[in-house]
Amino acid sequence: MTRLLGSTSLLVALGVAIYASVALMWGARRKRTDLLRSGELALYTVWGLVTAATLSMVYALVSHDFSVKYVAMVGSRATPLLYTVISLWGALEGSILFWIFVLTSLSALVTYQNRQREGTLVPYAGGVLMLISTFFLILLAGPANPFGLVSPIPADGPGPNPLLQNHPLMAIHPPLLYLGYVGMSVPFAFGIGAVLSGEIETDGWIRLTRKWTLVAWTFLSAAIVAGMWWSYEVLGWGGYWAWDPVENASFIPWLTATAFLHSVMVQERRGLLKLWNLNLIVATFALTILGTFLTRSGVLSSVHAFSEGPIGRYFLAFIAIVLIASFALVAGNSERLRPTGSLDAAVSRESVFLLNNLFLTAFTITVLVGTLFPLVAEAIRGVKISVGEPFFNRMTLPICAALLFLMGVGPALPWRVATRDVVRRQLVPPAVGAIVGLIASLLFGVRSPYALAMFTFGAFALTANVREFVEGTVARRRAHGEAPPIALARLVGANRRRYGGYLAHIGVLTITLGIGASATFRTEREATLRKGDVMEVGRFSVRLDDVFYRQEPQRDVMTAGVTILRGTREVGRMEPRMNFYPTSEQPVPTPSVRSRPAGDLYVNLQAFAQDGSTATLRVIIEPLVPWIWTGGMIVCLGAIVSLGGGRKERAPAVARVRTAAPPPAPIGLEEAAG
Amino acid sequence: MNWRRAVIATGLLLPVIGLLAFGLTRDPKAIDSPLPGKPAPDFSLSVFAPGEGTLAMSIGDTVKLAEHRGGIVVLNFWASWCLACRDEHLDLSKAARAYHDRGVRFYGLLYNDQESSGRKWIEDMGGQAYPSLLDPRTRTAIDYGLYGVPETFFVTSDGRVAYKHIGPISERQLAQKLDSLLRESPGTQ
Repeated sequence: MTRLLGSTSLLVALGVAIYASVALMWGARRKRTDLLRSGELALYTVWGLVTAATLSMVYALVSHDFSVKYVAMVGSRATPLLYTVISLWGALEGSILFWIFVLTSLSALVTYQNRQREGTLVPYAGGVLMLISTFFLILLAGPANPFGLVSPIPADGPGPNPLLQNHPLMAIHPPLLYLGYVGMSVPFAFGIGAVLSGEIETDGWIRLTRKWTLVAWTFLSAAIVAGMWWSYEVLGWGGYWAWDPVENASFIPWLTATAFLHSVMVQERRGLLKLWNLNLIVATFALTILGTFLTRSGVLSSVHAFSEGPIGRYFLAFIAIVLIASFALVAGNSERLRPTGSLDAAVSRESVFLLNNLFLTAFTITVLVGTLFPLVAEAIRGVKISVGEPFFNRMTLPICAALLFLMGVGPALPWRVATRDVVRRQLVPPAVGAIVGLIASLLFGVRSPYALAMFTFGAFALTANVREFVEGTVARRRAHGEAPPIALARLVGANRRRYGGYLAHIGVLTITLGIGASATFRTEREATLRKGDVMEVGRFSVRLDDVFYRQEPQRDVMTAGVTILRGTREVGRMEPRMNFYPTSEQPVPTPSVRSRPAGDLYVNLQAFAQDGSTATLRVIIEPLVPWIWTGGMIVCLGAIVSLGGGRKERAPAVARVRTAAPPPAPIGLEEAAG
Repeated sequence: MNWRRAVIATGLLLPVIGLLAFGLTRDPKAIDSPLPGKPAPDFSLSVFAPGEGTLAMSIGDTVKLAEHRGGIVVLNFWASWCLACRDEHLDLSKAARAYHDRGVRFYGLLYNDQESSGRKWIEDMGGQAYPSLLDPRTRTAIDYGLYGVPETFFVTSDGRVAYKHIGPISERQLAQKLDSLLRESPGTQ
């Protein structure tokens, strides 16, 4: 019954989605209100049907209906409820179902929010979103159908991939990632919609696009940090980033989206970079699809490779269509995206944004080339090569240093022209901060030139961004006599976009500090201990107390009980575990992490004697690692602050003046404020 | 719509799509190596990490593969930045000790890394039973057609590459391969 409801909903949704895309686009082209209305209705219907299918799958998982193929693949009666529910995105078919659920939900939300908006931008965007939905529904109807029948019905299933049922962060990281990844479809749809509707020559569409890019970017940022956290808490190696293809796949579109969020300000303020911005939006979307293709089709070897299905060819066809159709459309309309302003001076905020985009693009290309290089090498020379961490670190660290520097210069410089006096006045405090940072890191014993550059430029940028808050608060306090907290709140409230951005910078700098410190000052020891033995790691002593075995419904667990000492004083007990799942040959570790603001003590059980007499422990002191997670939260907070603000007063006025001229697209004339 | 530009954009994208299409025809995990069965490329490299106990050599000693005829040699390429190497290093040391008496020699080869980082890594990991060698400009790694680290090569007593293992190797896998190699050439001690 569940099976029937699920698969029927998806099949009907496929048909309705095709109709919705045709009706919306044809209706927008022919200005047929009746078609537009029915297309909109069809779009909501697709959302309803996909929601029904998704709920059926959740119900099938929870009720252990092993006649459903996907449940038989990932379900198990012994798995705790939380992990049963989240195994919805634990394997290929379910994750595509979840993807389309997010995509159609966003489509419905965007359409509903902008239902009053005049012009054909929104219908075209809805049509594009329905075309993308059609692709994913085809996958679900054919090669990745999760609702297939299993016969005879098995009594129990294997349970989800052990790595995915070992930590509650798996409940958070994938949905955030999908919201971020899929969310990038919305700005893409607006961009394409703007070209198709002719609104590209006005400025109204860029506000909607910016807003949705920021929404998706927030989720993507949170997802990347949560993924790092998960890797740190689950994999037992004590690190959080390894330049694995899957990590790169999430990071590359983040870079282009970050570039867009900066360069869009140049378009809004100065009427420059219009073509560039549109290309960034299209590229960001294409890169999310490319990332999905690379990691799901088994083209690249990765730690996280999904089960390799036959979906690779479908994805390839989809990428080809997306790339060719959208870039050809943008290139063909490039003449309509001429700049309406000009760059006044070499030293100004917009020139810093230009440099920022240059470096972010270089960053994107570096990571993309490093990720795809094995493929290129094999295609050209027929050899298999892997690109390791040294390549990425060597290539990207100088770019990071440059970006940190710009992050400090940008906020300090005014738009249009920065006179020598202004530059001097604005850059002295950050420069002092940089010198303090340099001296402090030298005193802490940092010697590597890259680490020194990171800390110096990081301190430079931190001073520049914090200074904006401090100076603004002080000024308000003087002018209005407000108490500092109120002055700060009003300062931010009066220009949320700007201060939200600075807050996000501070978050990124906090992350940088965490990464820099943990990479530079990490101490790691590994030793095999008998019960009662003590090993020294930095200022801690670690004593092995006992090694014991426990049975849980879904797994067997081996635990090492460890006492942490400082000198002779006991400061805590930790219990790193090793989990044995029936479906996995390799045990899955659960390292024990003791977090303090100054850093973590990370203990992982590496091996043990069968009789429990000895255990091999890996103990790592990880300075400032919690700052990475905190920084991620600050970035998101900054983005949320920034989302609340708008440039409502100016943009529509400008748009109205400019829209008077172009002959096609009469519906786009009235620029609504929403 | 300027069709000329649209066509140019399309033309620029075709190689990218072609590359991805090519990727689909390949299995990234199937790495064929010309080496198994062929003579192992010779090398003469110097020891930078001495190893422990009876397995130890002196720093600066030169190891020539050609001088190992008559015994089995296990070559493990590793790096301090390589994560999977951490998982296998304990197993490698155990196997190196266990098979030393039967004439099996283990060598680590440091790949694309600093000597000091390599030495610090060994110290942090609680030691390495067998000696590790420096591979300047990754010459030897290139000769062996290294795909990534870790990779482990088994060289027979007559100097041929018998097996190549990609990724972390376990004690059990090491034992299996060494046992079968020792059975094939029982005369070597």
